[in-house]
Amino acid sequence: MSTLLEVSGVSKSFDGFKAINNLSFQIGEPEMRAVIGPNGAGKTTFMDIVTGKTKPDEGTVLFGEKSQSLLKLSESQIAQVGIGRKFQRPTVFEDQSVSDNLMMALKKDRSPWAVLRFRPAREDHAAVARLADEIGLTDQLTRKAGELSHGQKQWLEIGMLLAQDPRLLLVDEPAAGMTPAEREHTTDILVEAAKTRAVVVVEHDMEFVRRLNCKVTVLHEGSVLAEGSLDHVTANERVIEVYLGR
Amino acid sequence: MTDTPSLFPKYAGGLGAGPQSRPFIARHPSVLIFIACLALFTLCVTILSEGFGIGVVSTSFVKTLGKTLCLCMVALAMDLVWGYCGILSLGHMAFFGIGGYAIGMWLMYARTEIIVVQSLAAAPLPPTAGEISQGIATQIFGVVGASEFPPIWAFAHSLPLQLAAIVIVPGLLALVFGWLAFRSRVTGVYLSILTQAMTLALSLYLFQNDSGLRGNNGLSGLQNLPGLGDVPQSTVSIWFLWASALALGLAYLLCAWIVSGKFGSVIRAIRDDEARVRFLGYSVEAYKLTIFTLTAVIAGIAGALYYPQAGIINPAEIAPIASIYLAVWVAIGGRGRLYGAVIGAAFVSLVSTWFTGGQAPDINLGFYTISWVDWWTVLLGFSFVVVTLFAPKGIGGLIDLVPSPNRHGADLGPDAGSLRESEADR
Repeated sequence: MSTLLEVSGVSKSFDGFKAINNLSFQIGEPEMRAVIGPNGAGKTTFMDIVTGKTKPDEGTVLFGEKSQSLLKLSESQIAQVGIGRKFQRPTVFEDQSVSDNLMMALKKDRSPWAVLRFRPAREDHAAVARLADEIGLTDQLTRKAGELSHGQKQWLEIGMLLAQDPRLLLVDEPAAGMTPAEREHTTDILVEAAKTRAVVVVEHDMEFVRRLNCKVTVLHEGSVLAEGSLDHVTANERVIEVYLGR
Repeated sequence: MTDTPSLFPKYAGGLGAGPQSRPFIARHPSVLIFIACLALFTLCVTILSEGFGIGVVSTSFVKTLGKTLCLCMVALAMDLVWGYCGILSLGHMAFFGIGGYAIGMWLMYARTEIIVVQSLAAAPLPPTAGEISQGIATQIFGVVGASEFPPIWAFAHSLPLQLAAIVIVPGLLALVFGWLAFRSRVTGVYLSILTQAMTLALSLYLFQNDSGLRGNNGLSGLQNLPGLGDVPQSTVSIWFLWASALALGLAYLLCAWIVSGKFGSVIRAIRDDEARVRFLGYSVEAYKLTIFTLTAVIAGIAGALYYPQAGIINPAEIAPIASIYLAVWVAIGGRGRLYGAVIGAAFVSLVSTWFTGGQAPDINLGFYTISWVDWWTVLLGFSFVVVTLFAPKGIGGLIDLVPSPNRHGADLGPDAGSLRESEADR
């Protein structure tokens, strides 16, 4: 397992508030990692920095074997080198069908000219069908994404991420607002994905994290408080302090 | 190995390959219907015209209809950039005007050249090229007190070069403007204001006498085709009607092809959530720039066909209000569907011609007379508000009320287990 993403010494403040404070983080490939932390710990800002939405004040973010710096790339270029992101609120293109959503996400040439001439071949339809099967939306392919239930939209978004075939997947609270059965399905999809790539899951729900059965990183006030197995970190005095507010 | 083709038998023949393998026209019947309507319309007008038919429709009305087709074409461009890509450009009539100026320069130059050569032919010595050029310049620019060709007229003598300018100048302006605006991530109402500023700046510049395009006089006499002085306007008007109809048809096919594929998916996605599209790995700026430039070119071509039918172009045509009207047409017609834009532009501009042409009967209220020439803009503004608030789909949305017979096996209901069309028919 080699290091895929290496974040070191990253800081970012908004109007004097230090959202990220000298944060360092590594993840290998393949690996599943859960990131937990109380509100305002900097989980979302961390994802924003990795995906290029926010530029940090200092520090480095390196990706891949060649240790390419992500700080100079735009959001779309970062997505193209192989980082996919799922937002907290499901953001699918509601006006378009499930298959259009997946087709758009498929790993293909993204330049306007190539996309203009693109007409889906049989293998592209097959890839979309396979993804739909994986996320359990086979029967919904022709429906508009806006008609799907909340849980189905979350899966569609995960499906779109898988379609991008990223090496690193950043997933923000995938289980929020899901029924227990839907949570189980979501866990299965993520565990399956983590067999071949790096997956970072940000989650509040300890039960969900336990089911992922992976290494856990605890963030607090913009830096790493503890790292290790879930049992290890939950036994940590400081983590208990932060979470229970003693 | 025999089962290789049916690797995904469940999908291959049904949802996946099925609808896509049918021809483009079958998947988009509205395109065929539109082209058929356009052809029928053109045929009817030709038969009823003075130039080629029984003379029921006057030449000036043929010109109005031809101009309307050009307005439909620029509305199509507006729908692509606003309705599909979500860029509310309030400057596309500037590109339309530039197209008009580009063709107008050649029309004016070539026609004046013929007149000057004729008048100098009577002189005892044959005129030199310099004298001819001087004569043309005096004729064209005398009105703004100049007698020299400004550099901008360097290619006016050449029809191919001016035709190229119809495409290149609006395209280049859109490319540079769009590149600057989109890379700074200017969006929404700020972008609209920026495009208004662009069209205002252009029109103010052209209003100046030393802009090289005859200031507020504009270019005139564009209805007279050089070298075809013997051909009556009744014939020329039909030629332009055909050309406009052809251009509109081709633009419609192009736009329909663009929005039908993955490119259409991407630009609609940009309209709905551009940040998400970036995280999918698409360069949003490149797509916006492509659409902005392409629609500017379509607008330029439409303008080049419009102004020879109008006969005159002046900087007032590029005023910011023109581009706002364009947005109003598309909104009333129904944005996000191509025929909606065409219906909106045709309907509103024809009704507008009727009201402002003094044909609409004034309403006498006793204490006040509503004169439609003045009150039409109020009515238009009111309808815009009503459509925006109560019928955001516009006139084109009425099509949705017609049940479609051609659902291609889609589910009849929102539930996964509901009947398929073929089952329900039995």
